[in-house]
Amino acid sequence: MSNLMVEEKDVVVPGEILAQGMDFVPAQGCLRENDKIIASQLGLVNLSGRLIKVIQLSGRYIPKKGDVVIGKVVDIGFSGWRVDISWAFEANLSMKEASSDFIDKKTDLTQYYTYGDIIAAQITYIFGSKIIDLTMKGPGLRKLKGGRIISITPSKVPRVIGKQGSMISMIKEKTGCRIIVGQNGLVWIQGDDSEKMLLAVDTIYKIEEEAHLSGLTDRIKSFLEDRNGSSKKN
Amino acid sequence: MAQAKKTERPDGRKLNETREMEAKVGIIKRADGSAMFRMGKTIAYAAVYGPRELFPGFMQNPEKGILRCNYDMMSFSVTERKRPGPSRRGVEISLVTKNALGPAVNLDQFANTVVDIFIIITQADAGTRCAGITAASMALADAGIPMKDLVSAVSVGKVNGRIALDLVKEEEDLDGTTDIPCAIMSRNNEITLLQLDGDISEAELIEAVELAKEGCHKIYEIQKEALKEKYKEIKNE
Amino acid sequence: MNNLDMREYIINLLEHGHRIDGRKLDELRKPIEIKVNVSKNAEGSSNVKIGSTEVMAGIKMAVGEPFADSPDQGVLMVGVELLPLSSPEFESGPPDEWATEMARVVDRGIRESKMIDMKKLCIREGELVWMIFLDLYTINDDGNLIDACALAAISALKTAVFPVLEKDKVKFGEFTKNKLPITKIPVTCTLTKIGPHFIVDANTKEEKASDARISICLIENNNICAMQKGGGSGIEIDDLKKVFSIVKDKTKELRSLVTTAAK
Repeated sequence: MSNLMVEEKDVVVPGEILAQGMDFVPAQGCLRENDKIIASQLGLVNLSGRLIKVIQLSGRYIPKKGDVVIGKVVDIGFSGWRVDISWAFEANLSMKEASSDFIDKKTDLTQYYTYGDIIAAQITYIFGSKIIDLTMKGPGLRKLKGGRIISITPSKVPRVIGKQGSMISMIKEKTGCRIIVGQNGLVWIQGDDSEKMLLAVDTIYKIEEEAHLSGLTDRIKSFLEDRNGSSKKN
Repeated sequence: MAQAKKTERPDGRKLNETREMEAKVGIIKRADGSAMFRMGKTIAYAAVYGPRELFPGFMQNPEKGILRCNYDMMSFSVTERKRPGPSRRGVEISLVTKNALGPAVNLDQFANTVVDIFIIITQADAGTRCAGITAASMALADAGIPMKDLVSAVSVGKVNGRIALDLVKEEEDLDGTTDIPCAIMSRNNEITLLQLDGDISEAELIEAVELAKEGCHKIYEIQKEALKEKYKEIKNE
Repeated sequence: MNNLDMREYIINLLEHGHRIDGRKLDELRKPIEIKVNVSKNAEGSSNVKIGSTEVMAGIKMAVGEPFADSPDQGVLMVGVELLPLSSPEFESGPPDEWATEMARVVDRGIRESKMIDMKKLCIREGELVWMIFLDLYTINDDGNLIDACALAAISALKTAVFPVLEKDKVKFGEFTKNKLPITKIPVTCTLTKIGPHFIVDANTKEEKASDARISICLIENNNICAMQKGGGSGIEIDDLKKVFSIVKDKTKELRSLVTTAAK
């Protein structure tokens, strides 16, 4: 006889008992202790069939394979670049993965990326904490010129993107800015009009601030429309 | 019970009663996780930073992350000014705090990194290390650090020959008082901090630790509530 | 990380009269909160929040021998602790250059303005005087710690009381109702220079993009009692004229907050 002690979207704290009995299976954010499943971190309960998950709500970015992140080139070696991706250790971008062109060994690597360049890259491989490999081969992966980078709590990234990208599309459309949201919580924003860029920044911060309140999409929509409207009057 | 009613504790509490408590999570924006815990007039702030790169590199552990802890008091938190900066007392409390929280924390997936805990006491009326541990445990959870349970801490002791929960300074300073700071993970009642200074029998010690357990369960409820308070609106989505 | 290209972007915004958080160049963050008597064992204490920047100040008093060059005056010691709890950039250890500079800037504002009548802190000339230990602690650093510390310092001083003194010894934890002999309210306002622009109440990102800063401490009649040019670059005489009118305005605004909060 198994007993589920929580509901979908309950906020749970580490150590909280989520279910008793062997019918449920602990997934990410949970662990089994004898016949109990307990939360192993603060988060939101997500139930799917027999699977219980706790989705992280706070904390630093933790790299995952497949994540698209925004990073800064901080070092150049013989065979590639070191990239700060807002994790404890720098990630590695090799010559092979840096461009769809063939890069000859004799090439001056700074022609491609130099110190301080901002890039959107994807994580292809992780081993332990210290080995993280990036690639620039893929749609949307490129050097990001100009614009502005803001940083938000990584766990709020899904809210900024929205369901099937609905939220970010709306911001792009209403502000005319180009925006890339990295899973590591860094967001790159570029636009021609400084007012519009500020609006995009404010909107993203507002989502971060109010991510947990209900009716977020509607509120963001009217926020964008109000601000757009008031700037037209001026 | 009859005895509990007759108690003459300085603030009129029963022997098995904690002081009034208050907890708040997310008070320091720059930190990855933070919390405040107030136990009567004792107030502790805690902040967590990490996992981040550990310097110097030779201290890194390639198998798991390292927990570090720094406990300190504001100079004016006590009646006689405490000189700012490290003290022997602070170093020891930092260590026992780390050991009290360590068993709850799982840093296996953060090899080579460090998770730093900083605790500062802004106002002291005994039980500062316990308040610090209680606050730090909430800050760790707020920072998204994997943990098997929250850690709650309270001091118990023997005052005027009777076992009492959550001593205040006035009780701690009495001649013959025994002070026993305890930290407990509530789900399995695992004790992670146990110190004692004074003079007490074995039977009294067991009675005291049982009382600490009850106290910690109450503190746990406050911690849980404060953590949920920060994120409570999510459920309404 | 997120400060890269930030300077260029910030300057660009400033050209248009904007700041990264939407403020005007001479606009303080809101709300500014001043709370006093926040730590009950202190003779005086305060907690100041400017936006998300937060500091605490506390005063402990003792008696001791005066300095030889001022035998009839009390002693004031100001310290700043940049707690590693308040920023990923602060480290444990003794006060560094930045903490020391800040403590001295705050100290000078109080000392040179003669905010405290130090002669009234004399108990027996050449023998025994009151000593004021004013310690400032950062709780959260989101820029402009100098102004926050200065504000916390004067708020704590303004509400501090003497402890009980018995046979030349302080009775720890027992307070009188007598307040410190406060004569003036010196208020510090720091302007941060980024490119050719000056802004008030810079946040962390703006501070990182900045060239120089200038902290000016004014008393009620707008006379200047302390000043510090900080940061790596220089400023011009014309700059001084420009910033002075802003500083007059802002210190007035801040002073009224102190007088309301710290009665």
